[in-house]
Amino acid sequence: MLRIPCPFCGLRDHAEFDYEGDATVTYPPLDAPEDAWFEAVFLRENPRGRHREYWRHTQGCGAYLIVERDVTTHEIFGAELAHPGMASAMEGAA
Amino acid sequence: MRYNALSVIKNGLRGNIDWTRAWRDPEPKPAYDVIVIGGGGHGLATAYYLAKNHGVKNVAVIEKGWLGGGNAGRNTTIVRSNYMMPGNREFYSFSLKLWEDLSHELNYNVMFSQRAHINLVFSPAQRDALARRYNTMLLDGDDGEWWDRDRLKKRVPHLNMDGRYPIEGAYVQPRAGTARHDAVNWGYARAADALGVDILQNTEVTGFVRKAGRIVGVETNRGEIRAEKIGMAVAGHTSTLAAKAGLGKLPIESHVLQAYVSEPLKPFLDAVVVFGVGHGHFYISQSDKGGLVFGGDLDMHNSYAQAGTLPRYTDVMGCAMNILPATGRIKLLRQWGGVMDMSMDGSPFIDRTEIPGLYLNAGWCYGGFKATPASGWCFAHTIARDEPHEANARLTLSRYREGRQIDETGGGPVPNHH
Ligand SMILES: Cc1cc2nc3c(=O)[nH]c(=O)nc-3n(C[C@H](O)[C@H](O)[C@H](O)COP(=O)(O)OP(=O)(O)OC[C@H]3O[C@@H](n4cnc5c(N)ncnc54)[C@H](O)[C@@H]3O)c2cc1C
Ligand SMILES: [Zn+2]
Repeated sequence: MLRIPCPFCGLRDHAEFDYEGDATVTYPPLDAPEDAWFEAVFLRENPRGRHREYWRHTQGCGAYLIVERDVTTHEIFGAELAHPGMASAMEGAA
Repeated sequence: MRYNALSVIKNGLRGNIDWTRAWRDPEPKPAYDVIVIGGGGHGLATAYYLAKNHGVKNVAVIEKGWLGGGNAGRNTTIVRSNYMMPGNREFYSFSLKLWEDLSHELNYNVMFSQRAHINLVFSPAQRDALARRYNTMLLDGDDGEWWDRDRLKKRVPHLNMDGRYPIEGAYVQPRAGTARHDAVNWGYARAADALGVDILQNTEVTGFVRKAGRIVGVETNRGEIRAEKIGMAVAGHTSTLAAKAGLGKLPIESHVLQAYVSEPLKPFLDAVVVFGVGHGHFYISQSDKGGLVFGGDLDMHNSYAQAGTLPRYTDVMGCAMNILPATGRIKLLRQWGGVMDMSMDGSPFIDRTEIPGLYLNAGWCYGGFKATPASGWCFAHTIARDEPHEANARLTLSRYREGRQIDETGGGPVPNHH
């Protein structure tokens, strides 16, 4: 079992979360050339090691998180809120 | 040494002391015509068909561990061809035909058992979708049938027909079934070796040798080995190795899939049964040793760990209880995981690459065992002739850029949806 430190809910089992994919992908502007879209939609680094990825705390607070995890050892290095506005609001609250 | 009934009896009487090694353990030569990286089923089959179909016998298969230590020896051994999309349709249909004669072809009993693949149906919508799929198969000369509840119950008496998800019937492919995965690897290895192929185990490719824009060899823990052409068939490890070759990013993510085997039982289930409803996904068969062999979905998060996590485990056991409640008291014997090369449309690629001398075979998701014979056949053809065989002509790497994805499930460009 992996355990993800949700900034709202604390350390929770990963069964409460849905995996939402690679967080290093940035989608280009709508009018960007086709190549940029091809790369964002279809190509992945797929590293064997540290990976930044989205998880959604579906059965908890519902927030989208960015988790950094080693995809071979499953060591988790941290989790932050994916939405920058939410992240800065949390920082203010702390 | 050819295997036959007489040799089994003779050797049995002599105490089995005269059997020779099934394949050699040679020292690497400095150079080969072709190097195939990856000693899984696909790599071994590729080497065999290079030698057998194309006369290219100066070939090495380079494997970092032992043969079948990857997915080739970790899968749940289901062989079927119930694919619908052009690209997959002709490829898997061709593969099933090769399976039907594989034991003779290799002079090795791969225990291919055409025990029927039973796809349970739970709703009219599911029935319609599968009717379309199985009719497409029939049009193409493959087999497929609708079984109603009575017929299904006769064949699989332990099915829970009226559980949480009442069963309406099933679409069935009678020619589908299972094979013994280790025997497939060993059979191809032995047959390839007999034709002169060097199988180099415990040899890891750590880099590539380049000359004037071409790839002309590999670096390994046993030194540099040169070749005119190099084919990669490393399944879940494709991205890592491709990065070393300078291929750039690929339409693949590596994910873990688990498998489970129960204690051996008396005959209980003589078909492959598949359950897919809502988020539940489950498939089961009984091996010749008597163990129930079963599995479900991916763990869903990227993983290079050959081990799974608990939530999927409990989910799969829940599915087992749902459709075969009689399994509830059976002990689980073993469980493991394999690293899958999940592609962006759920379909594979067997293709040349932009780097001269380098060929790529990957994207098998969790259905590549059934593909083994055709994958080897087509990859050998592509490497030897520098053009695809008709069965892999659509399995290109460029199809994503061209908008020609082969998306069998309609899952979209999300690897864990396939
Ligand atoms: C749990 C599970 C269940 C499955 N069930 C089914 C099923 O029921 N039906 C089906 O059709 N398919 C199934 N599959 C999928 C199928 O097993 C794979 O798609 C198929 O085996 C992949 O091809 P392969 O045999 O060549 O791969 P592998 O056996 O994984 O071969 C790749 C080889 O490359 C080697 N390698 C990697 N990097 C290097 C390197 N740098 N140098 C040298 N060697 C290297 C690895 O050690 C490995 O042996 C399943 C897979 C799993 C894990
Ligand atoms: Zn939370």
